[in-house]
Amino acid sequence: MTAQIDQILRKHPEARRDSLIPILQEVQDAQGYLSREAVVKVGEFLSLPASKVYGVATFYNQFRFQPVGRYHIQLCRGTACHVKGSADVLDAVCRLLNITPGQTARDGLFSLEVVACIGACGLAPVININGEFFAGVTRDSVAEIVDSYRRKADPDGQDH
Amino acid sequence: MITIEVNGKRVEAEKGEMLLAALRRAGIHVPTLCNLSNLMPSGACRLCVVEVEGQRNLVPSCAFPVAEGMKVQTHSRRAVRARKTIIELLLADHPDDCLYCVRNRNCQLQSLAEELGVRERRYSGARHDYKVDTSSPSIVRDPAKCILCGRCVRMCEEVQGVSAIDFVGRGSSTRVGTAFEQGLNVSSCINCGQCIMVCPTGALREQSYIKEVLDAINDPERIAVVQHAPAVSVTLAEELGLRGGTDICGQMTAALRALGFQRVFDTAFTADLTIMEEGSELAHRVATGGVLPMFTSCSPGWIKFVETFYPECLPNLSTCKSPQQMMGAIIKSYFAQREGVDPSKIFVASIMPCTAKKFEAGRPEHGHDGLSDVDAVLTTRELARMIRMRGIDIQSLVPQGADTPFGERSTAGKLFGASGGVMEAAIRTAHFLLTGREMTNLKVQEVRGLDGVKEARVRIGDLELGVAVVSGLGNARRLLEEIRAGRSDLHFIEVMTCPGGCVGGGGQPIGADLEAVAGRMKALYLIDRDEPVRVSHRNEQVQRLYREFLGKPLSDKAHHLLHTHYVKREVIA
Repeated sequence: MTAQIDQILRKHPEARRDSLIPILQEVQDAQGYLSREAVVKVGEFLSLPASKVYGVATFYNQFRFQPVGRYHIQLCRGTACHVKGSADVLDAVCRLLNITPGQTARDGLFSLEVVACIGACGLAPVININGEFFAGVTRDSVAEIVDSYRRKADPDGQDH
Repeated sequence: MITIEVNGKRVEAEKGEMLLAALRRAGIHVPTLCNLSNLMPSGACRLCVVEVEGQRNLVPSCAFPVAEGMKVQTHSRRAVRARKTIIELLLADHPDDCLYCVRNRNCQLQSLAEELGVRERRYSGARHDYKVDTSSPSIVRDPAKCILCGRCVRMCEEVQGVSAIDFVGRGSSTRVGTAFEQGLNVSSCINCGQCIMVCPTGALREQSYIKEVLDAINDPERIAVVQHAPAVSVTLAEELGLRGGTDICGQMTAALRALGFQRVFDTAFTADLTIMEEGSELAHRVATGGVLPMFTSCSPGWIKFVETFYPECLPNLSTCKSPQQMMGAIIKSYFAQREGVDPSKIFVASIMPCTAKKFEAGRPEHGHDGLSDVDAVLTTRELARMIRMRGIDIQSLVPQGADTPFGERSTAGKLFGASGGVMEAAIRTAHFLLTGREMTNLKVQEVRGLDGVKEARVRIGDLELGVAVVSGLGNARRLLEEIRAGRSDLHFIEVMTCPGGCVGGGGQPIGADLEAVAGRMKALYLIDRDEPVRVSHRNEQVQRLYREFLGKPLSDKAHHLLHTHYVKREVIA
């Protein structure tokens, strides 16, 4: 992890504070999230306090501070999905997994990200789990979808 | 100079200045919540909006430059209505618990709501489920009361150079927090409390230890002893609603006795003791080629700052404990022995101008045999609260003197309360220790005053010392960077965490401007002008303490009780 961050920073020898966001994006692309270590290291590299780096990163929905789960759910909250009831679906997912957007469930199985528009408005409301799309989801159907992934992870159901 | 027209009257303004500055000079009251003097305007709160002829929208006067012939209406119906709406919106998600709030009757949000005639709740917003952060021994943060004016963030970053806190999140979920929203105790916060001083509401306040102190006073098994710092007696009057810049040391001592403390000691006594130890340490370092420049160590915010951000400079810090901790150490050793009491029965409270002192008192490397040097620290504000709680009318009290053996002080020790005071006291005594003669003129004008950085070359006999006096840690950071870059003409540097020194400390009365801080400073210098004993080495009781107990400065016993060591800290945990 540390070596990977150092490697990214080495690619930006002349970087100043205006490079903060591109560097954070690279780190997240490489590691899936921004660890505490990454925030502190990037801050030291750019002479920015950790509080400021964290403040900037939390301003943008794209950054997350926990590693993604085995199944990463992207839930669309674009206009079309909203009209078709995505708020309800989001509420259902949060309750099912007991997490809020940006978080990862304690067992590490699921993580949730809210995205503005996936560009699949004809399928609204839509979610995407590890690249697989689900169209026209509802409060009830999303529970079934989540369950199917749970079974996939643990076919015998012994852990539950 | 240019002329503008405000509310139909001519007002002089300086070219290039912001409208708000011209309005204030002309005595026109335009409210602000985010404005901080000496810092660039942020334009966040919009309370200072005024109407300017030719502008379609209201303009924020804090960030709008004046122009010749400009016509301004500061209190038009539209401007006042806009301000009132802003306050109503700020109140929409405010807890409304003024009766229980430490800032009740001293809150800018409250007084603006009153001033603008807010009498009903027009907007009701969703409340956030924010937790109060009580993790720090010095500062309590209650985000529910925060109005996001950003003053604390800017104070922490731009004045103190610490940046422990910043805005987190976006839009309606924006809040102020530390990195990863950890407790302040594990953040890079240095506990100075300057954020409290600029907070317009009760979102930031000191961690209070009034209950612990009252418990100790009322416990017949314990002996409650109190010490008061040099900067408290010249600010307490303000907090009690009396005239600022007056010294009420005698009445305060009487009040402390009325509160039930069995002994009242003056921390300026151990300030004199600090000068003996620190002066000897400096002379030793100069003579033996030790690490220079030497930094003073009385300001606990500064100590944590060095430990966190400049650990390579730890050897430059004087090993002397601060006067507060020295007092605690000798109370629980020499005083306990003298009185024949078990030191574990003694409760040492201190009244400090400072929130970082609360953290310092809990430092594990201080204290002996499982006993802390100091058991509880109250700020000037908390002392005033206790005095009011007990119905003591300070003005009617007959002034009293402090107790022996730690009641005597020189005026040099008293000067510790102002930025430059430690330096001036040290120079006076160093001169005597190195030449055997007193200085002909004890006043060291170059190190006095409110400037954040003061430098001087001082001749003592054959020796020429380069000295610097810094207050406000942003200034300290700049000086440390110069030293890092190779600057080597300085031998001794006094650093005070808070701008102006302890008279402007984070435990002092809230709402003081620079003029008020200057008034507090002046009160200390008047004491120095008018009293006979003006050098630390003439403090008879300090000399007696050395004769009877400590031996001489830097003796083994002095090292054991009065000196300490420092630790490198990670920036965040």
